[in-house]
Amino acid sequence: MALLEIQNVSRRFGDFTAVDQVSIAIEAGEFFTLLGPSGCGKTTLLRMIAGFDLPDDGRILLNGEDLADRPPEQRPVRTVFQSYALFPHMSVEGNIAFPLQMAKTPAAEVPAKVQAALEDVRLIGFGKRYPHELSGGQKQRVAIGRALVTHPAVLLLDEPLAALDAKLREEMQIELINLQKEVGITFVYVTHDQTEALALSHRIAVMNKGRVEQLDQPAKIYSFPTSRFVADFIGKCNLLEGPVTASGNGVVTIDAEGLGPVRVASSAAVTGGKSGAIALRPEKIRVATSTSAVGATIAEPDRRPEAKPDGRSDTESNNHFRGTVTDHLYLGDVTVYIVSTPQGCKLETLLANSGAGRTKFFEVGDAVEMSWSVDAGHFIS
Amino acid sequence: MRRHPVALWAAAAAGYAFLYVPLIIVVVYSFNNSRLNAEWVGFTLDWYDKLFHNQEMLSAAGNSLLIALVASLVSTVLGTMAGVAMYRYKTRLLPILVLTPIAIPEILMGVSLLIFFVLLNFTLGLASVALAHIAFCIGFVAIVVRARLAGMDESLTEAARDCGATPWQAFRHVTLPLIMPGVIAGALMAFTLSIDDFVITFFTAGAGTVTLPLQIYSMIKIAVTPEVNAVSTLLMLLTLALIVIASRLTPSLLRSD
Amino acid sequence: MPGTSSHSAMTSRSSERFGKWLVSAPPLVYLLFFFAIPSLIMVLASFRTPGEFGGLSPLVEDGRLDLNLDSYVRFFTESVYAQIFVKSVWYALLTTLFCLLLAYPLAALIARSPKKYRDLLLLLVILPFWSNFLIRIYAWMIILGPNAAMARAVNGVLSWFGHEPVALLFSSFAVLVCLVYVHLPFMVLPLYANLEKHDQALLDAAQDLGANGWQRFRRITFPLSLPGVYAGAALVFIPALGIFAIPDILGGPEDSLIGNIIKQQFLETRDWPFGSVLSIVLTVAALVLAGLAAWVGRSQLGTRSSGALSRA
Repeated sequence: MALLEIQNVSRRFGDFTAVDQVSIAIEAGEFFTLLGPSGCGKTTLLRMIAGFDLPDDGRILLNGEDLADRPPEQRPVRTVFQSYALFPHMSVEGNIAFPLQMAKTPAAEVPAKVQAALEDVRLIGFGKRYPHELSGGQKQRVAIGRALVTHPAVLLLDEPLAALDAKLREEMQIELINLQKEVGITFVYVTHDQTEALALSHRIAVMNKGRVEQLDQPAKIYSFPTSRFVADFIGKCNLLEGPVTASGNGVVTIDAEGLGPVRVASSAAVTGGKSGAIALRPEKIRVATSTSAVGATIAEPDRRPEAKPDGRSDTESNNHFRGTVTDHLYLGDVTVYIVSTPQGCKLETLLANSGAGRTKFFEVGDAVEMSWSVDAGHFIS
Repeated sequence: MRRHPVALWAAAAAGYAFLYVPLIIVVVYSFNNSRLNAEWVGFTLDWYDKLFHNQEMLSAAGNSLLIALVASLVSTVLGTMAGVAMYRYKTRLLPILVLTPIAIPEILMGVSLLIFFVLLNFTLGLASVALAHIAFCIGFVAIVVRARLAGMDESLTEAARDCGATPWQAFRHVTLPLIMPGVIAGALMAFTLSIDDFVITFFTAGAGTVTLPLQIYSMIKIAVTPEVNAVSTLLMLLTLALIVIASRLTPSLLRSD
Repeated sequence: MPGTSSHSAMTSRSSERFGKWLVSAPPLVYLLFFFAIPSLIMVLASFRTPGEFGGLSPLVEDGRLDLNLDSYVRFFTESVYAQIFVKSVWYALLTTLFCLLLAYPLAALIARSPKKYRDLLLLLVILPFWSNFLIRIYAWMIILGPNAAMARAVNGVLSWFGHEPVALLFSSFAVLVCLVYVHLPFMVLPLYANLEKHDQALLDAAQDLGANGWQRFRRITFPLSLPGVYAGAALVFIPALGIFAIPDILGGPEDSLIGNIIKQQFLETRDWPFGSVLSIVLTVAALVLAGLAAWVGRSQLGTRSSGALSRA
C-alpha cells in the first residue's frame, strides 16, 4: 500500500476547477514532484494534503487513513512554505522548537532535538539568530529544519527554491537530494521549473488545468511525452502534426504539415487518416549545409541522401528535409537555429557550439539539410 | 528638472503655517500674564496654578480619564476582534457596522444614541458616554489592526497550524505577538479619541456629567480666558505623546489606507 | 487563487466556523446594539409625533398607531429649513474647495520629498487633527478676536479707506476659516496616498515629449490624482456638512447650519421627530455624496488612470 494516496480528488473555486479528479499514489521514501505551470492546481493539491484546503470530492489517505476530518495541526505532514514563513518574533531555535512545544515534547528533550535539526540542515551556531539576520538560503534551511524536527511522515515543499538566485538554487537542489536520502522522509515537491523537477525527483506528475497529464520517472517524461502539453512543457520540442498515412512494423508515418511524410518508431496501432503528432527535441535534429558535406557538419556524411527537387528526401531509417536558416540565437554553449522548409514549416534545432566536429556556424539564408533518425522523435496520438 | 519649484515650497509652507500658528498661539498665551489673549504682557504660570485649583476642571479631567480608560480598553478588545474577523473572514455586515460610524457626521451618532438611551430609561452619565465612545472607537482600532494583519505574511498562521498549533495557539503564539504593535497603537488612538471627543459626549452626557471637552466648551461659550489656553496646552501635550508613541508602533497608521 | 479562497474551505470545518463566530460576534453584537438599533430607532422616531413634554408621544394612543409624515411635510414646506440645508451644503462645498487648494501643494510636496522625510512631514499634517477639536476652534477665537492683532490690522486698513470697522469673529468668515482648518488633514491624506504612487517616469516622459511644468500638471498629474481628490472631497464634505460646534462658537446668528438645528431640536425644542427628520436628511445627503464620490472615483480609475496606478 502506498504511503500517501490521493483518490479522485477535485477542488473547485466557483466556476474554476483547480484540481480535477486527480489520483496519485506516493510511496514511502519517495521524492515526488508535482510539476506544472502556475494555475495548474499543484499548489491547491499540496494545500489539500497539508489540510489548509479541503477537497470537494475524493479522498486523501495517509497510511490508509482518511485525512478529511483532521485539521492541519493533527496531520503528520509538514509544509515548507514558498515564503519560508519563519516566525519573525522567534529566533532560529524558537522556530525549530515551536512544533516540538506544540506537540508537548518534554522541555528537557527540546534542546537536543533542536540541535539535531540544526545539524541536519547545517545551521549549527545560527540558533540564536533571528530570521531577519539570515540569508535566503539560511532561511530556507531553517524552514526545512522546522518542518523535519518532529519527523513527519511526509514533507511538503511549495516551490521552496523559487526565491533563491540561480547559483544558490543549484546548491540547494543537491542539498535537498542528500537530505532526503539521509532522513528518508517522503518529499512531495511542487515546482513550475521543469529542470528542477527533472533533477530532483524519483517520479514526476506533470499537471495541467487541474489534471495529471503524465506521471512517470524524469527520463521517461523527457524522452517519451505522452501528450502535446507534456512535450511542449518539458524542454523545447517541435511538434510535427498531420494525418497518419501508414503504421505497422513498429513505425508510424504521418504526413506532417509543411514538411511531408515523417517516420517515427512507435508500437502504437493507429489507423490511417487519424491525426497524430511527432514530438521532436531540437537537439535530436542534425543540421548540415546542403551543398558541401565534408567536415562541415555533425551529421553522418555517409548517410546523406539524394535530395528530391521539391525539397523532400527519404532513406530507410532516417528523415531528411531541406530548409533555410531563418533565425539564429547564440546562447553560449549552444546555438538555436530556426530552419524553415520551402512549404513553410519552421523547426527549432540546437547545435552544441563546442561539440566534436563542429566547425561551422550557419548564417541566416544558408541552405541546410536536417535529418533525424526514426527513433529520435516520439509519436503522440 | 527642478523637483521642488519655489511656488510649491511657498504654498506648502503656508499650509503648514496655517495648521500650526493657531495652536502655537494657544500655547503661547497660556503663559501670558494678561486676562486678554491680545498682547504679550509677560511670562507667568498663574493660569496653570489656577487650573490645578479649579475643582470643576479637575473633576471633569477625572471623568474624562475614567471614560477614556474604560472606552479604550473595551474598544481595543472588540476592535481587535473586529479587525481580525474583517481580515480573515468574508463578512458583509461587520465591515459596514464597524466603518459607518467613522464615515458619517458625528452628530448623527450622538443624537441617535441620545434617543436610544432616553427611551431605554438609561440614565445619561459616565456609563452612557463610555458606551457611546466604545461604539465609535471600535472602528479605528479595527482599521489599525486590519492594516497590521494585511502587512503580515498570511502563511505564518498556516505555518503555525502546520507545526501543530490549534487555531487558538496559532493566534496566541504567532498572530497576536505580531499584531501587538497595531493593537497598542489602536488602544492609544482610542484613548485619544475618547478623551478628546466633544460632539458625541455633548449629546450622551446628560446634564450632570462634565468631561474636559464639555468643560472647555462651557468656558469658551462664556468667556475666553487664558485658563482655557492652559488646559488646552496640557491636553495637546498628552495627545501629542500618545500619538507619537502610536505612530512609532505602526508606521502604517500614517497612511490613509 | 488558492490563497484567497482557502478560507472558505478552512471555515467549512465546524471548529473553524466556531472560531469565526467567537471573533466576530462580540463586536457585531455591540455595534448592532449601540449603533444599528439606535439608528433604526431614529428612523422610526422621524415618523412619530413629538411628546407633550418633549421626546416622543406614546407609540400607540387610543388603539391607533402613531406613525405619520408630519415632520417630513414640515421640512419640505417650511422654506427656512430648506434654506438652512442649502446653506450647509454651500458651506461644505466651499470648505471642500478651499481644503483642496491648500492640500494639493502640501500633498505634492510630501509626495516629492525624499522617502525618509515623508513620514515626518505627513505626521506634521496629521498632528493638529489629533489635538482637541474645541481647542482648534478656540484658537480661532483668539486669532479673530476683536482685540487681536489680526482684527486690528484689518480694521486699520479698512479705516484708511474710510470703511466702518468689521468684526472678524462671530461671522461667516470665521466659520469658513475654521471649517477649512479642521478638515484640511482629511484632504491631504488621500491626496498624498494617491500622489505618492505616481510614476515619476510619466512626468519625465511628458517632459521629453515637450510638456512644460504647468502642462505636465494639467495633463498628467492632476487627471491621475482625481481618485485621491474625490476621496478627499468625500472625507471633507461629509463631516463638514454635519458640523455644529464651529457655527455655534464662531458664527453669528445668520450662520446656523443643519447641525445647529438638529442640536436645537434635540436639546432645546425637544422635538425628536423633527430632529430625526433633519438627521435623516443629513445622512442621506452624506451617503449620496459619498457614494457619488466613490462611483466617480471608481469610473475614473477604471478608465484613464488604471494603467498608471495599477503598478502601485
